[in-house]
Amino acid sequence: MKYKSVFDIIGPVMIGPSSSHTAGAARIGRVARSLFGREPKWAEISFYGSFAKTYRGHGTDVAIVGGLLDFDTFDERIIDSVKIAKNSGMKISFIEEEAITDHPNTARVRIGDEHGDLELVGISIGGGKIEITELNGFELKLSGHHPALLVVHNDRFGAIAAVSKILAEHSINIGHMEVSRKERGKMALMTIEVDQNIDDSILEKVGELPNILKVTKIVD
Amino acid sequence: MFRNVAELVELANSTNKKIADIMIEQEMEVTGRSREQVLQLMDTNLTVMEQAVEKGIKGVRSHSGLTGGDAVLMQRYIEKGRFLSGETILDAVSKAVATNEVNAAMGTICATPTAGSAGVVPGTLFAVKNKLNPTREEMISFLFTAGAFGFVVANNASISGAAGGCQAEVGSASGMAAAAIVELAGGTPEQCAEAMAITLKNMLGLVCDPVAGLVEVPCVKRNAMGAANAMVAADMALAGIKSRIPCDEVIDAMFKIGQSMPSALRETAQGGLAATPTGRELEAKIFGMPLNKSE
Repeated sequence: MKYKSVFDIIGPVMIGPSSSHTAGAARIGRVARSLFGREPKWAEISFYGSFAKTYRGHGTDVAIVGGLLDFDTFDERIIDSVKIAKNSGMKISFIEEEAITDHPNTARVRIGDEHGDLELVGISIGGGKIEITELNGFELKLSGHHPALLVVHNDRFGAIAAVSKILAEHSINIGHMEVSRKERGKMALMTIEVDQNIDDSILEKVGELPNILKVTKIVD
Repeated sequence: MFRNVAELVELANSTNKKIADIMIEQEMEVTGRSREQVLQLMDTNLTVMEQAVEKGIKGVRSHSGLTGGDAVLMQRYIEKGRFLSGETILDAVSKAVATNEVNAAMGTICATPTAGSAGVVPGTLFAVKNKLNPTREEMISFLFTAGAFGFVVANNASISGAAGGCQAEVGSASGMAAAAIVELAGGTPEQCAEAMAITLKNMLGLVCDPVAGLVEVPCVKRNAMGAANAMVAADMALAGIKSRIPCDEVIDAMFKIGQSMPSALRETAQGGLAATPTGRELEAKIFGMPLNKSE
């Protein structure tokens, strides 16, 4: 089931005018921000489908930038987010794409600074609910509604077991897990949605495991 | 966990509980939250809805200037007392419009199930409130009942205008409201389902064609009529009228109709009212040029 909570239906509390094009967009931006871990210096945002056709009318642009500034769906600063971002030195560009995507409300977000960059694809599936379908070239499914752990690792036996063992030792229950890789034996990604919040010390332990390259957490 | 309306009704009947309580218990189970926490969260949403209605009734205007002020006109008309349909239904219309005018003005609202359709559920709730005098708890229950039916639609069909047209947004909202009105008025779980079915049947095929891509025209008035639709369907169900097509099949029909709707009529501002001469003119005026030249 895509929708698990009644508050996906009666909610979210948000700044208008559109749950999918405003609130959902803000959430996509905020997941990108959370994964990046800091405020980016530049952002290149591509809109597809209905997003591309109507983003100005729906405030999709200000919402997604609001998300990049770590604003929640009900934060009134969303209205002025582009101005706020520019004042803090963020370079922003919006691209209206013609390509047809699987979902009509699709955004590709590329953000970065002098230390690194990140690229993700988010879709807004209705009522403010989003899914992240791609991260740095990896396909994935992330609802954004549970704390999640993203682990970039070498595609070797035992890597997945070692990570889940650490979670088990800390009594953290895995709700949803996906593993994907670009090529056998090369770089791979674990997406783990969990029921409890994950302490930074656990992240460190996971990061110290053999074959683990990068660990990030996302908290709703 | 219920997967469709039939299971929801069956669960309510076999446990002798209200649909609202089935939804509350499921929420507790899924999220691990206590009953108090779940009720508290909904109480917060109810407060946001109340504030949006109060704000809209006083009069707001959107940045584009396309919408605003109609909730005020409706309230003044009701006060004169010479209306033709009925006070409760017009009050619901006015309060649904109020909420959506606030939404269009980038004010704070609670999506039910979406922002574009956020007026219907609170509009009907605050109108029947004057008639049935519910407690705060009963008003919170109203939202859980509406949420239970919306939950089924969202998981078995769609609540996105871009995916399924306006029938998926205002259509779903109206069905949810109708079911919740019935439960608040003392109807049975079956009658809730009938009300939802009757409402949604009359919203089937409704396209999403916002002028200039803004959630304003025709969204605000679609919320008005969505609220009216819900009120009448609730009365019909309470009168004992049944839908020949079961609620779950109506929801499924809505989903399939949405899938066969052309993209121009699914929130792209390329067809329907958005593509009328006046629609295009308004679009050009707001953005300095039309957003979409293609037909």
